[in-house]
Amino acid sequence: MDLSSINPILLLASLMVAATPILLAAIGELVVERAGVLNLGVEGMMITGAVCGFAFATITGSPWLGFVAAALGGAALSLLFGVLTQYLLTNQVATGLALTLFGLGLSALIGQGYIGIKAPAFPDIHVPLLGDIPVIGPIIFQHDPMVYIGLALVAGTYWFLHKTRGGLILRAVGENHDAAHALGYKVIKVRLLAIMFGGACAGLGGAYLSLVRVPQWTEGMTAGAGWIALAIVVFAGWKPWRLLLGAYLFGGVTVLQLNLQAAGVAVPVEYLSMSPYLATIVVLVIMSSGRAPGSLGRIFHASR
Amino acid sequence: MKRRNLLASGVAAAALATMGLPALAQDKTKVGFVYVGPVGDGGWTYEHDQARQAVEAEFGDAVETVFVESVPEGPDAERVMTQMALDGADLIFTTSFGYMDPTINVAAKFPDVKFEHATGYKQADNVSVYSARFYEGRAVQGYIAGSMTKSNIIGYIGSFPIPEVIRGINAAYIQAKKVNPDVEFKIVWAYTWFDPAKEAEAATVLIEQGADVILQHTDSTAPQAAAQAASNVITFGQASDMAEFAPMPRVSSIIDNWAPYYIARTKAVMDGTWTSTSTWDGIGAGMVGIGEISDAVPAEVKAGAEAMRDAIAAGEMHPFTGPLNKQDGSAWLADGETADDGTLAGLNFYVEGIVGDIPQ
Repeated sequence: MDLSSINPILLLASLMVAATPILLAAIGELVVERAGVLNLGVEGMMITGAVCGFAFATITGSPWLGFVAAALGGAALSLLFGVLTQYLLTNQVATGLALTLFGLGLSALIGQGYIGIKAPAFPDIHVPLLGDIPVIGPIIFQHDPMVYIGLALVAGTYWFLHKTRGGLILRAVGENHDAAHALGYKVIKVRLLAIMFGGACAGLGGAYLSLVRVPQWTEGMTAGAGWIALAIVVFAGWKPWRLLLGAYLFGGVTVLQLNLQAAGVAVPVEYLSMSPYLATIVVLVIMSSGRAPGSLGRIFHASR
Repeated sequence: MKRRNLLASGVAAAALATMGLPALAQDKTKVGFVYVGPVGDGGWTYEHDQARQAVEAEFGDAVETVFVESVPEGPDAERVMTQMALDGADLIFTTSFGYMDPTINVAAKFPDVKFEHATGYKQADNVSVYSARFYEGRAVQGYIAGSMTKSNIIGYIGSFPIPEVIRGINAAYIQAKKVNPDVEFKIVWAYTWFDPAKEAEAATVLIEQGADVILQHTDSTAPQAAAQAASNVITFGQASDMAEFAPMPRVSSIIDNWAPYYIARTKAVMDGTWTSTSTWDGIGAGMVGIGEISDAVPAEVKAGAEAMRDAIAAGEMHPFTGPLNKQDGSAWLADGETADDGTLAGLNFYVEGIVGDIPQ
């Protein structure tokens, strides 16, 4: 065993990168669920975002346009879910699962011509001054911009949900849609917007995988990240800051266990492999005091 | 809302959805393929699918091929194979080690259907096994890796701790050690054949810990991309050439060439001459190809690697030639002795010098 070969600075730095795709997808799903909609199609929207982002980035040569396309692609797919569940009143669970299957197939189809192609580079930004601070600089201030956009989304979501009138309305719709409707709020409109925000975030998370983390297109490349995002939303008790903790914990232990393996620690690999899931669940369950939004997963129709 | 149950039913639904295969006419010879990854993985499954297409091209209308991709190893595989057999397949190729027991189970239920299982060791009257001696290619990789590493640390991404993968690690290590006595292997087990994000992470971790050569026994090209981002790291294509990453980081590759075997076995079924066999071919028979060694490799190393490749192909050199000790220091092969196929097929120990335990 040679723990000295693990560089703690690089470890903490790669933690932020490893957590970002899950964080992006989870923060979107959190808003959707706070609006009372259960969209199990996160995996499908992520992979659609991954392929849309990759395709546009390679066509245009700009990773930024790729991320925009990923957000649009994810939002478009989620709109399908929104129309089905909000206007045609289909079962949210079944529709969400179908969305995942559809997204996986659709992405494979779109991605046919993009296998084995390299993505345009998405350079890290070196924040002036802050990036030069020893230790903290390389850990926090020398990442690609999407890492910071992810953090900004978490902060923005917290601010929106808890400090603005719009957030209050969204939460009201999620807690009791009949009461919100009686007060004159447009339940379906609020929910559609939330669903599209969730789709856009999932798309960004997927594109982060295909453009930064991996970076290339392969079928099925999200490999369950969407389900982990869904689980983190629940275990974080539908609270943005806990969600950040959960995602970083998951990303951190994922990177740490690989580092421990490479350093030759005498712990059976099976335990190391399950450790990210275990650690995340244990910590978030111990902390949890969250309660699901009252109308989560229930169908709303104004006549009822 | 019982989300746990919902998630479970979702997984079941996903499994079911992959199985909807059309049943068709009987006069054609129907050949089924079960793949562990997507056909677009750029590696292992991609090459199997190339061979499937070669079968179609060879026999034209006389055969019909079907395939199911991304089939998890385990009970799902059994259902997929059963469905294929029920749909009238005459010959089914199951192309991953983890399909071994499912293949044997399903084969027992369908004695008239022929099965071909890749990389396993359990045979039956209607189950053949076939594999390629990838370790011959690994030896060549080990030679190049040992010659080119500057940090003397070679990272190895293993999939599952099965004999196939352990053979590869040993073969590469033996040759690397021979040309570079200071060389050290760092091994990470990914516990997956195909998970680009996980493979990229494993490669990144190994690079952060000082490795400047990455050998992979997983199927995606993600480790290649990670090495490319690090700019001074070399890699080798796995299962497929992965030439899009040449000349750097990919300096060479092991290419699986299943087409001749698949065509021969399909022909045997058509002619009624199929019997249960065990095939294990290497560089010599063309089942294992060494991808072009790129210009990033110094000329003398390239020449040495090509000489080794040719010597192995001609049978003049065996990658496991004594004197070799096991990891614990006990003797394995005496001077000049070569490992027999039985030992190699079930290889479950590291050779002397490799640090770390094989997960049990």
